[in-house]
Amino acid sequence: MRMSRIVRIGADILYPAIVIFGLYIVAHGHLTPGGGFQGGAVIATGGALVIVAYSYKEVTEWLTKKVLMGQEVIGLLGFIGAGLLAFAVGQVFFFNFLANTGSLFGMPVPYGINPGELNTAGVIPVMNFAVGIEVWGGLTIVILYMLSGLEKEGT
Amino acid sequence: MKKLLVVGVSLLILAGFFGMMAMTFSFGSPMITDMDDYFLRHGQEQTASNNECTAVVFDYRGFDTLGESTVLFCAIIGASLIFRKMQGGEEHEDE
Repeated sequence: MRMSRIVRIGADILYPAIVIFGLYIVAHGHLTPGGGFQGGAVIATGGALVIVAYSYKEVTEWLTKKVLMGQEVIGLLGFIGAGLLAFAVGQVFFFNFLANTGSLFGMPVPYGINPGELNTAGVIPVMNFAVGIEVWGGLTIVILYMLSGLEKEGT
Repeated sequence: MKKLLVVGVSLLILAGFFGMMAMTFSFGSPMITDMDDYFLRHGQEQTASNNECTAVVFDYRGFDTLGESTVLFCAIIGASLIFRKMQGGEEHEDE
């Protein structure tokens, strides 16, 4: 059942803001409190908001379980792959091979208080993004399944 | 009456346990701090991450996070299995 026009417009405006805020939390995981899990959970709440505002059937036309399950699998495989990539440079599993190298995410950080540079922390942001994508897909799938009872109660 | 006695004795034992713990261990000043000091002193140089929690979770203790992600994945697989069964077993768009 669709809710009123005010709720739908509000959800339309809030959904991109929620997704961007979640991606901000994921991207700044190595500078501020937060990280992959928290950012993914924030994005999943946006999915719940859209389902409440619109009907279940309408939302699942573009928020399909196939894409979300793919997101989950890609996130987990990306996380494991980021750990496995350390073997390519001759290090142990989960070694932070990008930190302090000067390349991508490789700026060195001095000890103590410093202005947070986004281009730091080596392999940690990559893993943050992988976990964020995984939690985004996984929690949204759980919400879709739990609200799938709305499907039977009429449009 | 007997039930009341059992509950009272258990509450007394619990209160004594917590009181003893509060007497023995002072809050906010752990006895062994070698690992914490190491993380705080070397974390920023070794992992180049300003957020010490993220440095521990994703770098020093990466295996734990791997297990956590796997547990989340398995939990969602299980939840989708259960809900698929509850919906009558008909084919869905994600089959």
